[in-house]
Amino acid sequence: MKLHRPANRHLALAAILLVLPFIIDALFGHGWVRIADFALLYIMLALGLNIVVGYAGLLDLGYIAFFAVGAYTYALLGSPQFGLHWPMWVTLPLGALIACIFGVLLGAPTLKLRGDYLAIVTLGFGEIIRIFLNNLNAPINITNGPQGISGIDALQVGGFSFGESHQWLGVRVDDVHLHYYLFLAFTLLVIFVSRRLEDSRIGRAWVAIREDEVAASAMGINTRNIKLLAFAMGATFGGISGGLFAGFQGFVSPESFSLMESIMILCMVVLGGMGNIGGVVLGGILLVALPELFRNAAGPVQMALLGKVVVDPESLRMLMFGLALILVMLWRPAGLWPSTQRRRELNAEEGA
Amino acid sequence: MTNVSDALLTLDQVGKRFGGLTALTDVSLHIKRGEIYGLIGPNGAGKTTLFNVVTGLYQLDSGAFDFEGQRYTHSKPHLLAQVGIARTFQNIRLFSNMTALENVMVGRHLRTRTGIWGALTRHANARAEERDIVQRARDLLNYVGITAAHQTLAKHLSYGEQRRLEIARALATEPKLLALDEPAAGMNATETVALKALLQKIRTDGITVLLIEHDVKLIMGLCDRVAVLDYGKKIAEGVPEEVRRDPAVIAAYLGGDAV
Repeated sequence: MKLHRPANRHLALAAILLVLPFIIDALFGHGWVRIADFALLYIMLALGLNIVVGYAGLLDLGYIAFFAVGAYTYALLGSPQFGLHWPMWVTLPLGALIACIFGVLLGAPTLKLRGDYLAIVTLGFGEIIRIFLNNLNAPINITNGPQGISGIDALQVGGFSFGESHQWLGVRVDDVHLHYYLFLAFTLLVIFVSRRLEDSRIGRAWVAIREDEVAASAMGINTRNIKLLAFAMGATFGGISGGLFAGFQGFVSPESFSLMESIMILCMVVLGGMGNIGGVVLGGILLVALPELFRNAAGPVQMALLGKVVVDPESLRMLMFGLALILVMLWRPAGLWPSTQRRRELNAEEGA
Repeated sequence: MTNVSDALLTLDQVGKRFGGLTALTDVSLHIKRGEIYGLIGPNGAGKTTLFNVVTGLYQLDSGAFDFEGQRYTHSKPHLLAQVGIARTFQNIRLFSNMTALENVMVGRHLRTRTGIWGALTRHANARAEERDIVQRARDLLNYVGITAAHQTLAKHLSYGEQRRLEIARALATEPKLLALDEPAAGMNATETVALKALLQKIRTDGITVLLIEHDVKLIMGLCDRVAVLDYGKKIAEGVPEEVRRDPAVIAAYLGGDAV
């Protein structure tokens, strides 16, 4: 059973989340608030992928494609590219819907595939989307090809724009802070949806399919529909995150949606703790924050120790990232914060 | 032949091949409502194949089967579960990383309706249904006699309890026909006696049981009728005592012309 938490702990958490951007700003500077914004976008993505990989056990290596679909939907409908400037409350849901449709399109032909084979097909799907975006500039220019789309409208509700600073009661609230609150709201929504689904008839059916698909179908679960639902839900989260990303960045190009990004999100899920919402959130935060931290630190540390920069911080970053992955897999194979079930397994094994 | 109305499941010349290997050849049999029907035969006789055909895991190559008067030549596992055929597996197939309770709750999937919207809003109906799922699952665990904590992961249950959990999960789908593939395999004598009592209780509660079993004593003491498969053919059918004396059966089990 879930631990019942007193309401005041929730209040404390809410208060921390509300003042967090100002604390980050004061302690580490503006750039880190922006990184926090990205962390929230990635948490949404990781939670979406968690439904597909963590609950339903379908290894998806092309997940970033849904992020791309959401981002390009927002970009195309709110930029000078077509001269369209649709409002966010239309383009965001539309992007989520289109991503959802793509989720079903990917899911339908791969229903009979499992494990490695599914991974290969989804990987291919992710690349197809990226290559399409790269090449849809001729004969009719839709995506503007590798140059990407710039000048995308800022996220805006009514007359209120998240893309500029506002002054309230003498406090200046910058755009990165505003985006933080907007993304936080969406992230909380995604967490809410994940939790409700996890603890429901649908969530149990997903896990049953992950555990034993044959037994699940023999118990009367329509595995086709339930798997498609997992793909669709996961893709929807990806689409929302993508739309927010486009509005935040003001610019999208195909190179933001490479295979490396899919793998990164998968790592967040696996490292944090597959199937556990808290773990996935933790994975998202760590995998966004740590590389940034490292990028900032690697240069100065080398200067101080060796007197010059020997290894490019960027490549060192990937090295350390790989190392961290290996270490976690060796010492905490179920992730940093495993789901209660997995934790229970570990305890039982230790007790034995 | 019995008349059609009291037959729950009728196999009509069912055939199944795997490439060049014929696993089932024109197998016809009928299982009456409310009986415990045994399916025996040497290893590789086609018993599990027959199970897989009537539960939709395999598609038959010839013939058909009737369940409750409805004819099937091809179907899907979840659809057959829907009309009331539930099964267990020879090599236990539980959802190992789910708790005992959750395993049985999954069995309720088919008879419940809550979708995405209900899961998100948890409206009154959805909550009532969820409570009912939990309650039914608890009752079923008690019914099959699982004494371990219901929150234990399925894979940490004892072997005998895993077998019983599979039965509870199958019962959760509200089957009319419960097909058990070697439920006593690997059980000790005490567990087998308890299993026998459980199967009799299930039958008393109105569920027809189809049973594959190697334990001849269990079959003889439990089944109303028995069919014997050998090399994919039915070589005998009848009450256990009769079948036991059947020369063809003796030959199949002892080999050669034991007559």
